Amino acid sequence: MKKVYINSIASVSAQKTFDNAEFLNDFIDHEGIEIPVVNPNYKDFIPPAAARRMAKGIKMSIVASKIALQEAELEAVDAIITGTGMGCLRDSEKFLSTLIDNDEQYLTPTSFIQSTHNTVGGQVALELQCKGYNFTYVHSSNSFESALVDAKMQLAANEENTILVGGVDEIGEHTFKLQELVGHVKVKPVKVSELLNSKTSGAVYGEGANFFVLSNEKQESSYAQLMAVKMYNTLPKEALSETIKAFLSANELQVEDIDLLVLGCNGDIEFDDYYDILGEGGFNETQQAYYKHISGEFNTASSFGFWLASKVLKLQTLPDLVKLNDIKSSDFKTVLLYNQYRGENHSFTLLKQC
Amino acid sequence: MSKGVAITGMGIISAIGNNVEENYQSLIESRKGISRISKIKTNHVNDIMVGEIAFTNEEIAAQLGLKSDNSFTRTALLGCLAAKEAVENAGIDNVDDYKTGLISSTSVGGMDMTERYYYESFENKAVQKYIESHHAGDSTQKIAEELGINKSFVTTISTACSSAANAIMLGARLIKSGELDRVIVGGADCLSKFTINGFKTLMILSDTYNTPFDENRKGLNLGEAAAYLVLESDALVQKENKTVLAYVKGYGNANDAYHQTASSENGDGATLAMKKALKVANYNAADIDYINAHGTATGNNDLSEGRAIIRVFEDTVPDFSSTKAYTGHTLAAAGAIEAVYSILALQHNVVYPNLNFKTQMKAFEITPELQLKKKPIQAVMSNSFGFGGNCSTVIFSKEP
Repeated sequence: MKKVYINSIASVSAQKTFDNAEFLNDFIDHEGIEIPVVNPNYKDFIPPAAARRMAKGIKMSIVASKIALQEAELEAVDAIITGTGMGCLRDSEKFLSTLIDNDEQYLTPTSFIQSTHNTVGGQVALELQCKGYNFTYVHSSNSFESALVDAKMQLAANEENTILVGGVDEIGEHTFKLQELVGHVKVKPVKVSELLNSKTSGAVYGEGANFFVLSNEKQESSYAQLMAVKMYNTLPKEALSETIKAFLSANELQVEDIDLLVLGCNGDIEFDDYYDILGEGGFNETQQAYYKHISGEFNTASSFGFWLASKVLKLQTLPDLVKLNDIKSSDFKTVLLYNQYRGENHSFTLLKQC
Repeated sequence: MSKGVAITGMGIISAIGNNVEENYQSLIESRKGISRISKIKTNHVNDIMVGEIAFTNEEIAAQLGLKSDNSFTRTALLGCLAAKEAVENAGIDNVDDYKTGLISSTSVGGMDMTERYYYESFENKAVQKYIESHHAGDSTQKIAEELGINKSFVTTISTACSSAANAIMLGARLIKSGELDRVIVGGADCLSKFTINGFKTLMILSDTYNTPFDENRKGLNLGEAAAYLVLESDALVQKENKTVLAYVKGYGNANDAYHQTASSENGDGATLAMKKALKVANYNAADIDYINAHGTATGNNDLSEGRAIIRVFEDTVPDFSSTKAYTGHTLAAAGAIEAVYSILALQHNVVYPNLNFKTQMKAFEITPELQLKKKPIQAVMSNSFGFGGNCSTVIFSKEP
């Protein structure tokens, strides 16, 4: 079995994260119930004529893919694996509202084509001319983790050597309104720096694309080693602590070996207690970080957590704005991530300094 | 590590039958399930034909014993029926006996309810329960719950019309690597106005019965269906002394990287996928006895796929046919539907006729099998190709 490394990272998020030379240097304290991405200059990566036709999710993903390949000093990858909860949601909505509003008339294919969940994976393959393995996972908050499990399995077995793995989702106006209706979104706008103090239900939504080159060969640019990823469709609160301990011991680790616990808490008082079970329980003496005040909540927001953990392991520094407690680790060797959304689709991801 | 990937159960519901036995009878009696659409009100009713399942949502919900306030979309309902048949067929009493996962696939997800209540949700609280059922992972979560799969590996794949083939592929790899002992794999897609209109704008829907590999083919018929397989490791099969229906012998996935919706003229991606699958199976082209082709009956697919088959098999193209004329194109579910048909072909040693064929294609000389043909079959290749350049091939065999 070969070891698996994160050789490059790329992020388009609600903060200026697309420049890998920086690490959350300037923080924008957005206020709202949905937070917009800081757009890179798309023209630097995509010809303007092509960009105009492209869905936001495709544009963000192509930029992130290109940055990731550049940093890994690659012209091509062997495979592309994408995770997306909803795909190019705006195009799905556009096609569906036109269909309903105009009684099945005046429809054009472009938005239908882009509404297909694997359109991002297909477009990135087209852009990179990658004829290799190409999968798209669409399983809510475990979409990105499914992609990680798949990539890790192939790299460990030496079936492929370099795989581009990404998570992407976009906000759609109509779907957002529906999610507001059922209380998934916060009612009152919050300042994102105060996200965890809102004491209200619902999340602040976001969008973004985070892509990574994973490889079974370590190189100068490598950020970390991907040790393990485990997904659970259900995980009752009472089973959480024992399950995470079993996960650690399967990887020959104990709670004390974890230098940083990165949690997916999003300020929703109805579901953040899952994170408290770990944060205030077994890991109360472990340094902790969170990130959804930066990324916002979306099905593949955990790919931003993966970005954050990779960056911490390479730079050996943790920005103050993501710190969740005052405990300080002397250095960052092993990082554990935990995420779930609305009590379903839980994941543990383990990264190690390399 | 498991060397072989055994198939120990299968379940299916499609326009030609509500279970495995009914589907097989329709296949050998050349009975197609294509008709005018009845369950969805669309302006295109006279311009298209579809492969529709007779059961109403209420009928399926009753069969599954669901409460009336359930939030199951049609995709989830169809998926549950087929997945339960598969698990029963595999003789599984308790899914917790072994590390069991679920990999489902869908392209429409909960679109049938979303399109129905797109605006009504804002006024009618009673239909808001479907808001959370929209995303593609929802039907999978519900199937897992119905099967009693908890705290486990559960995921959803959506690679358009190749989705379920990819679910089988991932499942096989998880068994081989030892990650899981058992995994239920497949896909489900229901008909929706969204897909009907989408394919309509692409101008690839036939207004009559679809005719795969015919020179004058006019396009595809959409269909709805669900099918699942139970895959188990060597160790489990041995320990439980299980009956094995067939094996997942090889698989290959490649991207055409040519166009978002069209296949390259010479089928580059398809050729790669078939070659990779043969390599994984450690087979030569001559080891394949029957190809269950993707054969959607669109101008583009059948040309591209036919050329790719010739590139891979050269002068010795095995018997091949498309079963899309029976079921319509069931999108994300197609790979699983045709997996069940491939396994049935192995079990009964039959090649199904490619229905509705009249005129030989001019682009090449290969002709699909037109009659029901009995012959010994050791290995079947099943192709599934989709939007986004996704090309997948799975090989099923009698021997591990």
